[in-house]
Amino acid sequence: MSIRARLLVLVLVTAVLVVVAAVVTLRAADRAAERDQARPGEPGAQTGVVTLRQPKRLLFRNLAWGPQRDHVSSVPLATPAGPRTSAPRNCLRFHAAAGTGICLRATGGVVPGHEAVLLDARLRPVRTFPVPGMPTRARVSPSGRLVAWTVFVSGDSYAGSAFSTRTAVYDSRTGSLRPDLEKFAVIKDGRRHRAADHNFWGVTFAADDNRFYATLATRGRTYLVEGDLGRRTLRTLRENVECPSLSPDGTRVAFKKRVPGASASTPWRLYVLDLRTGRETALAERRSVDDQALWLNGRTLLYALPGDFGADLWSVPADGGGTPRMAVKSGTSPAVLP
Amino acid sequence: MYLSASRAADTTAGVRRTRPRPPRGTRTRRAVAGNVIALGAVSLVTDVSAEMVTAVLPLYLVVGLGMSPLAFGALDGLYQGASALSRLAGGHVADRAQRRKLVAGAGYAVSAGCKLALLAATTPWAVGAVLATDRTGKGLRTAPRDALISLSCLPEEQGRAFGVHRAMDTAGALLGPLAAFAVLWAARDGYDAVFVVSFCAAALGVLLLVLFVREPSSTITARRKGADKNGDKNADKNRDKDTDKKRHRPGALRSLARTSGLPRLCLIAALLGVVTVSDSFLYLLLQRRLDLPAPYFPLLPVGAAAGFLLLAVPLGHLADRIGRRQVFLAGHGALLIAYVLLLTPWGGGLAAAGAVLVLLGAFYAATDGVLMAAAGPLLPTDLRASGLALVQTAQALARFAGSLLFGAGWMYFGPEGALTVAAAGLAVALAAVAALSTLRPHLHRHRHLHRRSPS
Repeated sequence: MSIRARLLVLVLVTAVLVVVAAVVTLRAADRAAERDQARPGEPGAQTGVVTLRQPKRLLFRNLAWGPQRDHVSSVPLATPAGPRTSAPRNCLRFHAAAGTGICLRATGGVVPGHEAVLLDARLRPVRTFPVPGMPTRARVSPSGRLVAWTVFVSGDSYAGSAFSTRTAVYDSRTGSLRPDLEKFAVIKDGRRHRAADHNFWGVTFAADDNRFYATLATRGRTYLVEGDLGRRTLRTLRENVECPSLSPDGTRVAFKKRVPGASASTPWRLYVLDLRTGRETALAERRSVDDQALWLNGRTLLYALPGDFGADLWSVPADGGGTPRMAVKSGTSPAVLP
Repeated sequence: MYLSASRAADTTAGVRRTRPRPPRGTRTRRAVAGNVIALGAVSLVTDVSAEMVTAVLPLYLVVGLGMSPLAFGALDGLYQGASALSRLAGGHVADRAQRRKLVAGAGYAVSAGCKLALLAATTPWAVGAVLATDRTGKGLRTAPRDALISLSCLPEEQGRAFGVHRAMDTAGALLGPLAAFAVLWAARDGYDAVFVVSFCAAALGVLLLVLFVREPSSTITARRKGADKNGDKNADKNRDKDTDKKRHRPGALRSLARTSGLPRLCLIAALLGVVTVSDSFLYLLLQRRLDLPAPYFPLLPVGAAAGFLLLAVPLGHLADRIGRRQVFLAGHGALLIAYVLLLTPWGGGLAAAGAVLVLLGAFYAATDGVLMAAAGPLLPTDLRASGLALVQTAQALARFAGSLLFGAGWMYFGPEGALTVAAAGLAVALAAVAALSTLRPHLHRHRHLHRRSPS
């Protein structure tokens, strides 16, 4: 082929590729706009007043298409499938308790960044913290004093995996921020344990605003750790525990763990661990759950499973009986206002 | 910005990207340089494509697909090692068939197809399988592409040729994330659009390869042989090997082992590779030293990449003039200075940090392409792809071992202690290699005289 013929082919094919790229991008932009249109069959949401002081309500990130998509929304605990009231507050991850909220969100712009925003009872920003990666978990302590969040960090990893998390704890009373749990001393089997590959995520707080539980991953294994904020220590309690969630009475921890024989793509099942007896109870949910469950009350757990529009919230009894039921369609990151 | 993370991942996984290739010329000076520029252009658009996906993948997996930390980590581990084996296979097949362009093209095409396959992959493990395939395509194409560059230029111009290729490739890597975020900015959550645009760029890369890259022709080979006449024993040997092009040696590995200078080069690359701390560690140390706000963390690798981009051509050229081994060693010297800077208490924090990034960029510019430029002329034409693959793999495995050792050192001695040990190791290795070179200095000195053959 002559150089001229080759250039001609190049120009023609490049033109086709450019057109394809442009059309696909424009269509995706249109579709993004479509998401602002409510869809038939999906729960409707109305803009309204949402506060953290309204009793007996369930708050969550609304995933139903429409102008309220991604907004913090509220439904009565008694009728979670009913119409939603949404606040103009965008969050990727959200949690709240006792008048304090935490919202992890994208900062927008061409190069995406993320931040953690502490919210007051009327969901107004109180303080903003830049975070070094993508949000994954967020929790507020039962008293509303402590806040924790976990993000993925890209960049600082070594030897075969770019996987790294950063978990921060903020004390809203003293205003002190502990930006990285990795600075805490890890006690494993009674001895100080050091490793460069410690990763923590999924904090859940006890009622005393000092103790907490979280996941520690090191060398491909996960552990339940019990943390002490005052002493800056983390003690491993049990292996193969991820995303713990402490029950309201502080006696049990719901968590997900890898079960033998499960397929590699769906490795996790929900369990409840009795902290006093060490007994594990398998829950009736047979699907793989990749979420930090939340106690709806002392008897029921709430967790997200992939759904048509991102995720749906399901509930299952915490005693191993019953059957899973869908609680909220197109929603994730729940918080209970009792 | 996220390109940095992926590059760090490559390094840590021992799958250092092999990127560069450069120009050279003889009589057919322009035509040959054209081949290297064409390969550089292919790498540029392919890297735009690859880094677009790399940049948005964490967002897509975690925010789009809702993946949790451990699933994300497991996925990452799954595809890390995928390209090491395929790189050796790609080199071997390309040499066996003497079809370097075809094998490289197949590798580029596989990776392009994977961009479309991402549209259909919605579970973590499907995404993992696609990524592993993508890495396989990358591994396949690397060695034959390097061989094409090496064969397209004269021995004394290899450094500059690889420098040009590497600079073009890095430019693509820096542009990719910007392109990806531009698409996401135009179309919120438009990950599928990112994948399609990435596919279009990859397809353009394949097209450029098909249209403008040529398998070095026998006339060039013949000319090269002519040029080699006043060459050394090495060239004689190579010539012998060239003549039995078609007789495919089951003993390719044995031939390579007997190729003068090659085992030594592998040994040097491996020796220095073991004491090379992966850049992700260095960024982490730098961040701790500076107490750099976390959101700026991704800028560190961008700074180093920019240094690499700017220095690749001049240092490659310098390597041609004063000797590749010297420049290769000097590059590791720059790395050693960076270690020392990181260990010294400093006053002007930001200035020192900038110096570390520049040194890191210089390290890559003085070693990445220069190693290929040093290895290429040692290798007979028909074993060039597999020989280059072998050198790269030796270095990659050594760096991987080094990462594991450094991780262990970090655990036992803490970050500063581990870096001190690494710096001492690097100093000793450099001294050993320098001594080794002095013992047999004739081996790889560069002559400029004999390439000016009339044509």
